[in-house]
Amino acid sequence: MKVTVTVNGRKIQEEIDADLLLIDFLRNHGCMSVKRGCDTSNCGLCTVMLDGKPVLSCSVLTARADGHKVETLEGLQAEAEEFGAFIADQGAEQCGFCNPGFMMNALALFRENPEPDVEEIKEYLAGNLCRCSGYEGQLRGILNFLAWKKEGRP
Amino acid sequence: MRAVNQPVRKKDAMSLVTGKPVYMDDVINHENCLIVKVLRSPHANAIVESVQKAAAEKVPGIEAIYTWEDVPGQRFTMAGQTYPEPSPYDRLILDRHVRYIGDPVAIVAGDSEKAVDKALKILKVNYQVLEPLLDFRAAKDNKILVHPEDSWKSLCPVGADNQRNLCASGESGDGDIEAVLADCDIVVENTYHTKACQQAMMETFRTYCSIDAYGRLNVLSSTQIVFHVRRILSNALGIPKSMIRVAKPRIGGGFGAKQSVVAEVFPAFVTWMTKKPSRMIYTRRESQIASSPRHEMEVSVRIGAMKDGRIRGIDVYTLSNTGAYGEHGPTTVGLSGHKSIPLYGTPEAHRFRYDVVYTNVMSAGAYRGYGATQGIFAVESAVNELAAKLNMDPVVLREKNMVREGQIMPAYYGEKTNSCALDRCVERAKQMIGWDNKYPCRDMGNGKVRSVGMAMAMQGSGISGVDVGSATIKMNEEGYYTMIIGAADMGTGCDTILAQMAAECLDCPVDAITVFGADTDASPYDSGSYASSTTYVTGKAVEKACEKLREKILAKGAELLNCGPGEAEFDGERVFCAATGDSVDLKTIGTSAMNGNRTALEVTETNSSPVSPPPFMCGMAEIEQDKETGQVELVDYVAVVDCGTVVNPNLARVQTEGGIAQGIGMALFENIQYSDKGHLFENTLMQYKIPTRLDVGKIRVEFESSYEPTGPFGAKSIGEIVINTPSPAIAQAVYNATGHWFRELPITAEKIAMALADD
Ligand code: FES
Ligand code: FES
Repeated sequence: MKVTVTVNGRKIQEEIDADLLLIDFLRNHGCMSVKRGCDTSNCGLCTVMLDGKPVLSCSVLTARADGHKVETLEGLQAEAEEFGAFIADQGAEQCGFCNPGFMMNALALFRENPEPDVEEIKEYLAGNLCRCSGYEGQLRGILNFLAWKKEGRP
Repeated sequence: MRAVNQPVRKKDAMSLVTGKPVYMDDVINHENCLIVKVLRSPHANAIVESVQKAAAEKVPGIEAIYTWEDVPGQRFTMAGQTYPEPSPYDRLILDRHVRYIGDPVAIVAGDSEKAVDKALKILKVNYQVLEPLLDFRAAKDNKILVHPEDSWKSLCPVGADNQRNLCASGESGDGDIEAVLADCDIVVENTYHTKACQQAMMETFRTYCSIDAYGRLNVLSSTQIVFHVRRILSNALGIPKSMIRVAKPRIGGGFGAKQSVVAEVFPAFVTWMTKKPSRMIYTRRESQIASSPRHEMEVSVRIGAMKDGRIRGIDVYTLSNTGAYGEHGPTTVGLSGHKSIPLYGTPEAHRFRYDVVYTNVMSAGAYRGYGATQGIFAVESAVNELAAKLNMDPVVLREKNMVREGQIMPAYYGEKTNSCALDRCVERAKQMIGWDNKYPCRDMGNGKVRSVGMAMAMQGSGISGVDVGSATIKMNEEGYYTMIIGAADMGTGCDTILAQMAAECLDCPVDAITVFGADTDASPYDSGSYASSTTYVTGKAVEKACEKLREKILAKGAELLNCGPGEAEFDGERVFCAATGDSVDLKTIGTSAMNGNRTALEVTETNSSPVSPPPFMCGMAEIEQDKETGQVELVDYVAVVDCGTVVNPNLARVQTEGGIAQGIGMALFENIQYSDKGHLFENTLMQYKIPTRLDVGKIRVEFESSYEPTGPFGAKSIGEIVINTPSPAIAQAVYNATGHWFRELPITAEKIAMALADD
């Protein structure tokens, strides 16, 4: 089947197999930030935005993205750098394999709820597993970032 | 210090947080790369009678299908250990005798995933199904032999005997344990059971192979042990090591899982046979059922003490289940005694005995803690039970008995604690959690009880007399440095930590040091990143190499200044001549070293340590126990760690938090259960529940540093010890809330609820 998907602002038209998952379509098109950590929709590593909403790209058929907009971390580099610096300042990026999915979902959270409290942060990101960090450093990074933004960013 | 003990950002941090393509599957060329998968046995013990592959070979896109008849016949081990490996040589790439559900039967390579999957589906195998040996308690001298074959071989005297299902067996001790226990006022005796937990690093096992311009096998693998992989592949394929190059990209977590060869042999064999590039990526399911998890252990402890709390004797017997193959079997078991008993200084007598047995379940491997975790759960739980029997605060019992600085530890190879702040760790943890107000428990009046529990832990810093760490450091034009290592940064930050040490020695900014590693063709030899060795063992090599390079820079600068080296000085930026006051800067020295120069501004140094100084720590847990449902909620976990000098406080903190979260998973959620046929139930992340951020409560970490004289800048290790305290501390907290000791992990809400219902 033929699909048209806008990936990070670039329109891609392609003939695909009907069972092609969005994660594989995106990686085939160079979006290597999109990672696979499980085969049961449990890890959150594959999170991307579909029309601005976070989805698990391992559980979405490419066909469903036909005519829609997809964003991956490749398309959000400025935001990723700005927020990611706070994660880096904690050393919480560790192996980094979970980072893209975590960053995507955190950015989605900030868009939906610019001033979340600790419980809201934990709830929202509960589906993003990380085996390295123990989550505390990620939380410190988020809180520092939010405080910095609140104080009025440059 | 300007670089060491600073919270420097990791060198790769910004690449990782912005999702740059740095992992194996991101950096390889996917065009014309064969996809490799294996067909796995559905039987726990069987002989492959025949494989009908003609139909599968006809699937369009299939390149090759290999079975046991096609692979070399010499046995090897997949354990990443220094040669001669203590792990027995009991593997083939494909074996006619399959020994667990998941053991590979055939390798299929094809040009697309779909073709390979189709071929796997239509491959027909006839098995002669044998009765499996699934109960590890009945394995020793069982009539079913997991490895009956004559070609099985053990290289080291570890007490292995395949005709008895023994992968290792042994005994050590000091003093007359029976006499001492008989003379004690009280002896606590219990058995503790830990499961074969999975490292569950987020990046599964994966390897890419290709043939280079010289006809050599090039392997790019997510591994902690590039040099061991080279040897293991040479053994497995029966080709010279000179024909193999192994490198690692960024690694998406390891925790020991990648200290064994798991995925590498299959694509390596395919590429060597076909001369075409290939790759293998484990699914999460494969990572759960056919990998290298923790050794299941049953540890029996007897502790004898007097009424005043003085511990006089400790006796430990460990039965370890290595599964179908013996990777890391003989060595992990040792830590269950040697890194638990010495927490108690110098009892009058101790004894440690063990058996490691083969069974028809997935083979075990190396997982953070490496046997110490299992032993410490047992010994620390037993000490907590002793405290309860004595009606003594467990902290007080520790204060009376714990190991102190300057003591000889008979159960730790007679080594002396040159650096030990365990007493300060316990004291500080107690203050942080408010132990005196919270011990043992408080009824919250809403069906919930809040209670606390504690444990101490130790580990090693590298394997004494065995581990080798090396570093090459060279000065380049413009005066920046390149450091080349064979240790593997798997997210732990060792590239950065070692660069901090180099910067400290060379009086330069950390940014002036670029790091390259690890690649068997380019890196100086390093055993690899395991056994908590990199900071301590390789770190010292870095220190040595940098000192020598300083001398060379000084000599070169002096030569440029026409000054005797004895009169010159180097401050990291310039070389000065004391007599004339002239100076020359690093940039000039570096550039002139590329013009008419005859001395390389490059040094390689190697290090090994005769001792393995233990880091120490104390962990305390506060939980909220639901008396109805059995649910345990972590409220607070405090950890105080003595890892010697903290090289990078941020990275040490996150290592600790991450290790504690894994330990919480082990204590409460991560279960491994087999059916009566040997089928593993927890084969996805749906069933195998690793903690989410809602499960770990609040984790608070502090450091109480000692100074280790043999370590680089006083440092010891931190990577492994941090997983050891949660299981015993949480088990004690559950006891303080419910009055029940749980001696088998994980301590699930169901188990607690059932025990409470029986009350
Ligand atoms: S890959 Fe795990 S949730 Fe998508
Ligand atoms: S940083 Fe390794 S899984 Fe999160």
